[in-house]
Amino acid sequence: MKKISTPYLLLLPGFAFLFVFFILPIINLAQTSTQTRVVGGDVLEYEQTLRLANYLDAFIENREQFTRSFIYALIATVLALLISYPLAYALAFKAGKYKNILLVLVIAPFFTSFLLRTVAWKQILGEEGFVVPSLRTFGIISENTTLTSTSFAVVMGMTYNFLPFMTLPLFASIDRIDPRTLEASEDLYANGFTTFRRVTLPLSMPGVVAGTLLTFIPAAGDYVNAQILGNPNTKMIGNVIESRYFRIVDYPTAAALSFTLMAAILILVTLYIRKAGTEELV
Amino acid sequence: MSVKQKDASIPTLPLGVVISRWIGRNLIRIYMVFAFTYLFIPVAYTFAFSFNDSGKSNLIWKGFTFDNWTNPCGAPQVCSALGNSIKIGLLATIFSTILGTMIAFAIGRYAYKGRSASNLLIFLPMATPEIVLGASLLSLLLVFQISPGFWPTVLAHVVFCVSFVVVTVKARIASLDPKLEQAAMDLYANEFQTFRRVTLPLVAPGIAAAALLAFSLSFDDFIITNFNSGTVTTFPKFVYVSAARGIPAQANVIASTMFFLALALVIIGQVVSRKRKVS
Repeated sequence: MKKISTPYLLLLPGFAFLFVFFILPIINLAQTSTQTRVVGGDVLEYEQTLRLANYLDAFIENREQFTRSFIYALIATVLALLISYPLAYALAFKAGKYKNILLVLVIAPFFTSFLLRTVAWKQILGEEGFVVPSLRTFGIISENTTLTSTSFAVVMGMTYNFLPFMTLPLFASIDRIDPRTLEASEDLYANGFTTFRRVTLPLSMPGVVAGTLLTFIPAAGDYVNAQILGNPNTKMIGNVIESRYFRIVDYPTAAALSFTLMAAILILVTLYIRKAGTEELV
Repeated sequence: MSVKQKDASIPTLPLGVVISRWIGRNLIRIYMVFAFTYLFIPVAYTFAFSFNDSGKSNLIWKGFTFDNWTNPCGAPQVCSALGNSIKIGLLATIFSTILGTMIAFAIGRYAYKGRSASNLLIFLPMATPEIVLGASLLSLLLVFQISPGFWPTVLAHVVFCVSFVVVTVKARIASLDPKLEQAAMDLYANEFQTFRRVTLPLVAPGIAAAALLAFSLSFDDFIITNFNSGTVTTFPKFVYVSAARGIPAQANVIASTMFFLALALVIIGQVVSRKRKVS
């Protein structure tokens, strides 16, 4: 009897906490999303209706920002994967005794404030930085091309900022691969590419799935990079939600947008996990 | 005859292998140099500009000075923001580490009804974008007419830290050798003694790593904080708000200090764990 109840006792405080501060707020968000403004009432006066059209309105009005969020997040995730995979591979197999030190160095930049690093990129890529003048000298970009306040800068900033969420899970799963399986593949006359495609990559799939999810999810909801590195035409759905809450004070629309974002991400994540075939994620 | 054949084959096949391996090896080195340069450019920039004699707006290099380092609280609000971030970070770390470790033991150690449902409940906060977590808690606060501030921020941070703690500690529990606990039981340790003397010390590095992760997530969080902190200013919020009119160089001093502190802490942790492994 005691044996059966132990796990539940262990779960109780944490899950009670998550229920009150995660589940209840989400339910409340759903409620708010169908409210309507009281006609002739105060600015902040809303009444509980079941106006599902809020969703339609919110989506139609902001579908451009929705699409942009998912496209930017997707590009940033793919870039982060392309940058991180060789890095994680090199750390796991080629770093030898320097493995731990290099791993620390990969994480270390992310202890400097996320916002300051983003502002730093803005300065580095800006007119006074060293990147733009040197690219102009070499004729790679024309005189009137800028790098900041562009979609390029936003995607680049997201790629950089969410990189450790990609590199760490990748490293964890590549590091777990027994090097003898790679040797076995070579013994069976597979070349480097075949070994990678048929042995290394499949064995590192849990890391790829975890890393892409941990990068894509925060990237899709981010608004800091778009705010600091972008322009009014690179606004993402996060920017819209933020301004609906704090500037326009339109809670139902903001809630409907948040809920749509959450649902869209959950559906994508579920489909992706099904497709990638990894159930063991957490 | 056979020796001669071997000699003839050396310059063709092995040379190709040697060259390709040489290129392969150096490609990785070249790649690592590029990757680390990319990772460290903004850090180097932040560090360099902490020595800028810039006045209020730290945008253009105006000259070298140690003033920002000798007077890190020189800019208004910067140190009170830092203090808030540390307080919130520590509280969120303590709560999330305790709650998360308990959940990790339940999921990692017991087979019980509803185990997959509890896995899902842990995964959901991680699959929810920060802005939704922040916005939903804010809308609950509005309903109960609780004003955003210090404690709502702490609670919001605990929500997203708990899942990361569970995942980290669970991974450590899963890698434990069950034989060690069985051995303790064989030596007449009761369940509690086994837990306290064997299981807990073995899981401790995982708990420490989880706590460190929770603190760094909380300390660096901006989006959820922005939604739930009201008038309380944390360090990331301070940077965000002052970005428009210029960030004082003192912020760079603080960020650089955090960087070196974290680096030192992680390296000390590595050395300690290696010593333990040896002994």
